[in-house]
Amino acid sequence: MAKIITKNLNLWYFGFHALKKINSSFEANRITAIIGPSGCGKSTLLRVFNRMNDLIEGVRTEGEVLADGENILGQKTDLVALRKKIGMVFQRPNPFPLSIYENIVFGEKIHADGITRDKLDEIVKRSLEDVLLWDELKDRLNQPALRLSLEQKQRLCIARLIAVKPDVLLMDEPCSTLDPQGTQRVEELMRELKNKYTIIIVTHNMQQAARVSDDTGFMLLGELIEFGKTQEIFTAPRDKRTEDYITGRYG
Amino acid sequence: MERLIDQELEELNKDILKMGALAEEAIYKSIEALKNREKDIAKSVIDNDMNIDKLELEIDEKCIDLIARYQPVAGDLRFITTGMKINAELERIADIAVDIAQRTLEIADKPLLKPLIDIPKLAAVAQNMVKTSIDAFVKGDIALAKKVMLSDSEADQLRNTIQRELIEDYMVKDSATAPRAVQLLLIARFLERICDHTTNIAEDVIYMVQAEVVRHHPEKLK
Repeated sequence: MAKIITKNLNLWYFGFHALKKINSSFEANRITAIIGPSGCGKSTLLRVFNRMNDLIEGVRTEGEVLADGENILGQKTDLVALRKKIGMVFQRPNPFPLSIYENIVFGEKIHADGITRDKLDEIVKRSLEDVLLWDELKDRLNQPALRLSLEQKQRLCIARLIAVKPDVLLMDEPCSTLDPQGTQRVEELMRELKNKYTIIIVTHNMQQAARVSDDTGFMLLGELIEFGKTQEIFTAPRDKRTEDYITGRYG
Repeated sequence: MERLIDQELEELNKDILKMGALAEEAIYKSIEALKNREKDIAKSVIDNDMNIDKLELEIDEKCIDLIARYQPVAGDLRFITTGMKINAELERIADIAVDIAQRTLEIADKPLLKPLIDIPKLAAVAQNMVKTSIDAFVKGDIALAKKVMLSDSEADQLRNTIQRELIEDYMVKDSATAPRAVQLLLIARFLERICDHTTNIAEDVIYMVQAEVVRHHPEKLK
């Protein structure tokens, strides 16, 4: 079932046409990777899905982005609700300078006023369990999150997202600052998480896209050149531009 | 744009071409030995198999090394994995040439059962199929690959003719001919097996070029 669908999506930064007629369908409970060279529009596309581009001056969009059938590009879209439903993990883990506990309940405190301590404790436990950090951190929940390792911080950021019960997790180069072991653990986590969430990941690391994703889209100069099953994209891409990029002939 | 891997893929291509040439030579010599009852040539086929085995291992190692170092995808991946499979097929073909040489040694000192006509014909078909299948791989040429696959029925027919003749005209009529006839039957069977291996190579080439699996799907060739 399609979770997010784009129809003739165009986006401009002032006069620069950054996304050109993107038609795509992101399936629920699958990991979709978006790959492509720097500046191809992959992060821009990701940021359309929770309207993060609204924060950038001069952005104009056309077309439709349907999340569960509803166009999220409309004026009336509740952005707080949208970003709760479709959350984002960034390249560099960005925990708040608060305790581990406070980081996780931060969103919930915004979204649900007057929530009880027991309820918050439960959310912290569930969220940390989901990112496989509970056993490691359960005895030091009040310690500053900034003291965690990079990989733990990234997993904490994912836990912080999960705490508000999103449907979709957008990940923008979530492993680019991690070492191979940290990368492996986050990738394993993604596999676990896809049972509950729809994951869309932007990555420069093609091997990562090949390893973790079910579907892959290749973008070039603002266009979605090819979109399909990851296995097919990496063994038998249909478009020569995809072949050239993934085999390192591009550039 | 020249990539780091390109030169290594080119070397792999050359090695497989060399492997093909060695396999082809082994078949040619084994049949020459049979036709002319030349035991020395038969022995040279058996001795040279060591070199073919050695090259097979080298090619295998090179492919594994390329996969480990470059993590190839798409066309590169299909080229390397196909190269590995073709390498194994060629090694088997060379082993079969050794089998033919061994049968030749068995009968070389005995009078020839009959003038050899169809066996050299079948050998020429087999040799040509090996050459064409390797050409198809090196050039990535689907038309050549399909030509190989179409030749297989000719090989089967020749093998059947040889078999029928040896059984009906010799073994049934005069059981004393059986020991020599069986050796020729085996050789015909070996040559036909070589043709089957080249068909596998042709199927692999089609996968390499257009990413379509035709192995076990004859309907896809129509």
